[in-house]
Amino acid sequence: MAQMQKTLEVRNLRKSFGGVMAVDSVSLEVAQGEMLALIGPNGAGKSTCFNMVGGQFPPTEGEILLNGGDGTAVPIAGIGSRRIWQLGVGRTFQITATFTSMSVRQNVQMALLSRRHMIWKFWPRADDLLSDEALALLEQVGLQAQAERAAAVLAYGDLKRLELAIALAGAPKLLLMDEPTAGMASGERTALMALVRRLVSTTGISVLFTEHDMDVVFEVSDRILVLDRGRLIATGTGAEIKANEQVRAIYLGTGRTSGGH
Amino acid sequence: MILFQILTALGTASSLFLVAAGLTVIFGVTRVVNFAHGSLYMLGAYVGWVVLSHLPQTIFGFTLGCLVTAAIIGVLGVLIEICILRRLYRVPELYQLLATFGVVLIAGNVVQLLWGTRVVTLPRAAWMQATISVSGHPFPVYSVVMMVVGPLVLLALWLLFSRTRWGALVRAATEDREMVGALGIRQNILFTTVFGLGAALAGLSGALSLPQVAATSQMALSAVSDAFVIVVIGGLGSVTGAFLASVLIAVLQTFGAIIIPQYVMVAVFSVMAVVLVLRPNGLLGRAGKGGRAMGDLPKLVEGATKLVIGLGVIAFIAAALVPAFDTGYVLSIMQDALIAMLFAASLHFVMGPGGMPSFGHAAWFGIGAYGAALSASSWNLPMSESIVFGVVTASILAALVGSFMIRLSGIYLAMLTFAFAQVIWALATQMTGFTGGDNGILNLWPDGVFASPTAFYALVLALCAGGVLVLRRVLFSPFGFALRATRDASARAAASGIPVGPVRHVAFTISGGFAALSGGLFAFAKGSVFPTYINVSHSIDALIIVLLGGIQTMAAPVVGALVYTGLRDYLQAATTIWPMLLGIAIIVIVSLFPQGIGGAAEHWWARLGSRAKSKGG
Repeated sequence: MAQMQKTLEVRNLRKSFGGVMAVDSVSLEVAQGEMLALIGPNGAGKSTCFNMVGGQFPPTEGEILLNGGDGTAVPIAGIGSRRIWQLGVGRTFQITATFTSMSVRQNVQMALLSRRHMIWKFWPRADDLLSDEALALLEQVGLQAQAERAAAVLAYGDLKRLELAIALAGAPKLLLMDEPTAGMASGERTALMALVRRLVSTTGISVLFTEHDMDVVFEVSDRILVLDRGRLIATGTGAEIKANEQVRAIYLGTGRTSGGH
Repeated sequence: MILFQILTALGTASSLFLVAAGLTVIFGVTRVVNFAHGSLYMLGAYVGWVVLSHLPQTIFGFTLGCLVTAAIIGVLGVLIEICILRRLYRVPELYQLLATFGVVLIAGNVVQLLWGTRVVTLPRAAWMQATISVSGHPFPVYSVVMMVVGPLVLLALWLLFSRTRWGALVRAATEDREMVGALGIRQNILFTTVFGLGAALAGLSGALSLPQVAATSQMALSAVSDAFVIVVIGGLGSVTGAFLASVLIAVLQTFGAIIIPQYVMVAVFSVMAVVLVLRPNGLLGRAGKGGRAMGDLPKLVEGATKLVIGLGVIAFIAAALVPAFDTGYVLSIMQDALIAMLFAASLHFVMGPGGMPSFGHAAWFGIGAYGAALSASSWNLPMSESIVFGVVTASILAALVGSFMIRLSGIYLAMLTFAFAQVIWALATQMTGFTGGDNGILNLWPDGVFASPTAFYALVLALCAGGVLVLRRVLFSPFGFALRATRDASARAAASGIPVGPVRHVAFTISGGFAALSGGLFAFAKGSVFPTYINVSHSIDALIIVLLGGIQTMAAPVVGALVYTGLRDYLQAATTIWPMLLGIAIIVIVSLFPQGIGGAAEHWWARLGSRAKSKGG
C-alpha cells in the first residue's frame, strides 16, 4: 500500500479555540482506495479535524494537501468548502443535512446539477434534468424505492444513505464521513459501512471517517488513527490498534464508555 | 459652536438610547422584536404632553411629569404583553413582528382619533432656557439634563441587572432562554416586567424629548426605525452596545443635518452597512442561535395540480374580459390588484424559497415607480422606456445593497430591509427639488399604443400575469432549486458546490427588479408617484399577503393580492378606523393561525383527508 499515490496528506495540523488546543500537531495520510478511520473519545478533536479538511473552518496552523489528480499536491487549508468540493472532496455531516423541501431524487439531482455547472440555468425544469443519473446513484445506496418521497420524512438511517448519495453525486476522490452511523441501529450501521466498503473497492475513492462503533471500525477500515485530547496517539491496522497498550489504557481497555453507545 | 453641537448630539443620543435600550432588553429576554416600540415612544410624547400641561413648569414638575408618563406607558406595556404578546412567544419570529406591527396600526389610529393630525408641542419653560456656563460657553439647562439622562439610565440599568435577583434572571434569560424555563422561574412574570420596563423607558424618552421634538403621529415609525438601526449596530440584546450605537448615530444625525441635510439617513444607513460587514452581529452582539423566522419548512414543494392550473386559466380569462364590461372603477381596482399580485410575488420569491425576509420591500417598488416617473418627466422618455429605466435602476441598486444584506438572515435582515426602505422613503420626501417631496410627481400617462385605458390594462395584465409566471418558472429551474437548497441547508449546499452567497445575491436582485416593474406600472396606472408608495404600510401590505397566505405556495400571493387589495380599497374609503381594524385583524389572525391562513387550511385539509381515509379503511 506504501507505493500507492496519496489522496490526502495532513501535516502538523493545529486548531485552537480561544487558547484551548482542540487539535494539536496531527499528521495523517490517506492513500488512494484506502478507508481510514479516525477514532477517539468525545472531545478528542475528530470533528474539528474534519471541519478543517472539509473547509468549514480554517486551521490555526499546518498544511492540508490534496492530490490534484496528476500527482501535484494542492494546498487546501482554509480555502473554503466550495473550493474544496471543486477539488474532489465530498462529505457527510455529523448532524444530517439534506434539502428538506425536495424529494429524495431531487436532492441528488441538486448535487448533480451543481457538479455539471448547471446552477445558473433559469429556465429549464430542474426536475427533468439528470433524473436517470440521480436514480442510478440512489440505486447504489439502496434508496431507489424511496426516490419520490420527501427527504423531510425519511427515517434516520435512510437520511444517512441520502447524504452519502448526495456526496457521491459530486464524484469525489475523497469522501469525508463524520459519524456516518450515529443514531442508527447496529444492523443498519454494518450495512451502511459495508456499502461504503463496496464503493471503495469498485470506484477506488478514498474515505476518511470518524466512528464510535468499534465493531464497525475494525470491520471496514484499512487503517485506524487514534486521537486523544487533540493529539494523535496511535496509527495502525485493526490488530495493531487492538494490541496497543496506550490505546487500551486510555480508550478501549478501561471499561470507560466510548460515548456513542 | 462644535462643542454646542456635540452637547446637542449627546442629548439626542440619550433619547435614542432610552428607546433602543427598551427594545434590546425586551428582545434579549423574550426574543420578540417589538415593532410597536416606536409607538410606545409616540404615546409617551402625547401622554407626556397631557400630563406636563397640568403640572407646574418647574424642573420638579417636569421631572415628576416625565416619571408619571413613564409609569403610565409602562403599565400600558404590561397590558400589551399580557393581552397580545403572551400568545405569540411560540409563533415564528416574522409573525411576531407582524403582530406587533398590528399594535403600531392601532396606536397610530388611536392617536389620530384623539389628537387629529395636528402637531403637539410643549413650549420650553424658563428653567429650560436658562443657561449654565461650561468653560465660558453658555449651555441651556435642558440640553445638559438631556445629556446626563442617557448615561444615568445606563448606570441604573447596569445596577439593576448586576445587583438584583430580578436583574440576574434577566441576564440569565438573555444568555439562554430554555435555561430559565428549566430553572422553574416564573417566566410569565419575568417577561411581563421586562416588557413593562422597556415600555416605560420608551415612554420616558417620549416625554423627555417633548421640549425639542413635537409630537406627531409620524414619529412612531421614525423612532422604531432609528431604534432598529441602533440595536442592530450595537448588537441585539446588548444594552451597552445600544448606548455606544446611540452616541454614534446621534453624532451622525446632528452633524449630518448641518453638512448633508438631505442625506442624513443615507449616511446613517451606510455606517450601519459598514459595521455589519465588519461585525455581522453588531458591535457588542454575539452570534445568536438562528430562530425560526418563518415557521416550518414544507415537506415537499410540488408543481401546481391540474385544478390550480385550471383555476388560473379561468381567472386569467375572467381578468382579460373585464374591459368588455367596465372601463372605469372596476378596471382600476383590477389593475391595482394585478400590480399588487406581481409585487407580492416578487416578495414571495426572495422570502419563501429564498428564505430572506423583507420588511421593506416597498423600497424596490418605490425605486421602480420614481425611476419611471423621473425619467418620464425630466427626460421625456416614453412610458415603456421609463419603466425599463426604473427596473434597471432598482436592479442595480438591489445588486449593490444586496452585496451586504445577503450576509444577514432572519430578524436582522427584516430589520435592515425596513431601515433601508425608510432611507428611500426619506429621500423621496426630503429631496423636494428632485422628487417633489410630499406633492409627488404628477401627470404621468400611458402613451403611444397604450394610451387608452383598455390597452394599458392589457399591458398590466400581460406583464403582471407574465411576471408571476416567469418568477414561478425560475423557482422550478436549477437556479430555483439551488436557491431553496441554500435555504434548506446552507452548509450542505456549500459542500455540494453551490455558491451560496452569489445564488442568494442574484435572487435578491431579481426580486428587486420585479418589484420595480410593478412600481413602474403603478406610476402610470395612477398617473402620479408619491412617497406613500414607499412607506412601511405598503411593505406590510405585501408581507401580509405573503405571510397570511402561507409562505410556501406560489398561489398565495396571487389569491391574497386579489382579495386583500379589493377589501382594503373598499374599507379604506368606507371608514376612518381602517388601520385599527386591520391591526386587530392581523393580531387575531397571527394568534389563531401561527402558520398563516394558507398553512392552517392545508393542515385542516390534510386532517380531513386522513379522517376520510380512516373511515374508508
